[in-house]
Amino acid sequence: MSDSPKSVLLNPLLNNNPVTLQVLGICSALAVTSKLSTALIMCLALTVVTAFSNLFISFIRHQIPANIRIIVQMTIIASLVIVVDLFLKAYAFELSKQLSVFVGLIITNCIVLGRAEAFAMKNGPMLSFLDGIGNGLGYSVILIIVGTLRELFGSGSLLGHKILPLITEGGWFDPVGIMLLPPSAFFIIGLLIWAVRSWKKDQIEKAEYQIHQVHRTEIL
Amino acid sequence: MASKDSIKQTLIVSLVLCLVCSVVVSTAAVILKPIQQANKNLDMQAKILATVDLLDKKTDIQTQFKRYIETRVIELESGRFVEDIDAATYDQRKAAKDPATSVELNPEQDFANIKRRAKYATVYLVKQNDVLQYVVLPVHGYGLWSTMYGFIALKSDLNTLYGLNFYEHAETPGLGGEIENPAWQALWKDKQLYSSDRAAQPALEVIKGKASGTDVIHQIDGIAGATLTSRGVSNMIEFWFSEQGFQHFINRLKSQG
Repeated sequence: MSDSPKSVLLNPLLNNNPVTLQVLGICSALAVTSKLSTALIMCLALTVVTAFSNLFISFIRHQIPANIRIIVQMTIIASLVIVVDLFLKAYAFELSKQLSVFVGLIITNCIVLGRAEAFAMKNGPMLSFLDGIGNGLGYSVILIIVGTLRELFGSGSLLGHKILPLITEGGWFDPVGIMLLPPSAFFIIGLLIWAVRSWKKDQIEKAEYQIHQVHRTEIL
Repeated sequence: MASKDSIKQTLIVSLVLCLVCSVVVSTAAVILKPIQQANKNLDMQAKILATVDLLDKKTDIQTQFKRYIETRVIELESGRFVEDIDAATYDQRKAAKDPATSVELNPEQDFANIKRRAKYATVYLVKQNDVLQYVVLPVHGYGLWSTMYGFIALKSDLNTLYGLNFYEHAETPGLGGEIENPAWQALWKDKQLYSSDRAAQPALEVIKGKASGTDVIHQIDGIAGATLTSRGVSNMIEFWFSEQGFQHFINRLKSQG
């Protein structure tokens, strides 16, 4: 493999972003971004899980029999997620309550399994670890942008600190209600994908079909 | 060299992997358990304080709890305060599982679907200048997926509700999970538990749709999309304020004035 450690780490941030280019991990991106603090914890949890699952899977990639490789990957990922969940319950109890099922659902996050299967099975431990961190950060960038916009315009605050004084509390800012609802994350992610692809034209996918040209023969 | 896809290799890899993973997970679980338990207790105390609107997030929860809340143990069957059980260490949930400290409920009594009920219950009294302000009672009952654990606060007339809160449940987030929604919990304020014409059983219930009509004081709006959870909450009230639950205690406290 000719990938340099630097490109492995930095490519997923923009050029090969797991959310905007590969369109993975959308479910949790909708669910946990109504506040920035939950988004940050989710980013941290996912980055840790992706990095370490990549590391461990890469370590034993020559031992894993091909017919049970997905199960082996899932077992490692699931164990890591449980450990992360236990840590959150011990050290960030309030936030782990707000994240509720979504920490557990990291197991089913396509980014983790995707990187394990696509990268860690074919590359060495160090590169895989960096790839995990890179993809975790790529996911984080999007979550932080979405979380910032949603909390700022939905409740006028950031990380719980008031930024825009609300009308209900004597200020001037009328909160945008839809920002607190999951669909708003769809719109923001959609706009982000549009923005990134207008800047980086090579990310635009080829059309899957073309409208067949019909030559009209009859005379109008 | 054995092929990496041989049956032997498959078995060895899966066995070793399972062993290693289970050791890692259980070690983490055992080591972190005390911290999680402490968090849970703190969260419970915070919930009790929040039920009676005394929670101030800026100061230490334990000091607040000590200042405002008096924890007592009662015997449910007689409604008497029990002095020889230490209220600070009594664990009602543990006691409910032990045949020696609990009673089995027959199906007609068991509205809340909890199978066993502890003989003794913890109650939390909120007093100001030695005058009773609120009583906070722990309740639990089965919803759609899970047993919901919460607290109900009564005003000093022991019939008017002050608040309700849940500290543990596993209902569907966004549907049954809305029992945690403060807007829904606010509906409980100033509702009445018992009605004068049917004193033996609590009249309060969670109904389908919006509370309306003549009996609105005993009705709570059901949660849309969570009929079974709403019914579970309703059953929980029915059980815990029947004579199997806190009714003896409430009557005794009322007669003492």
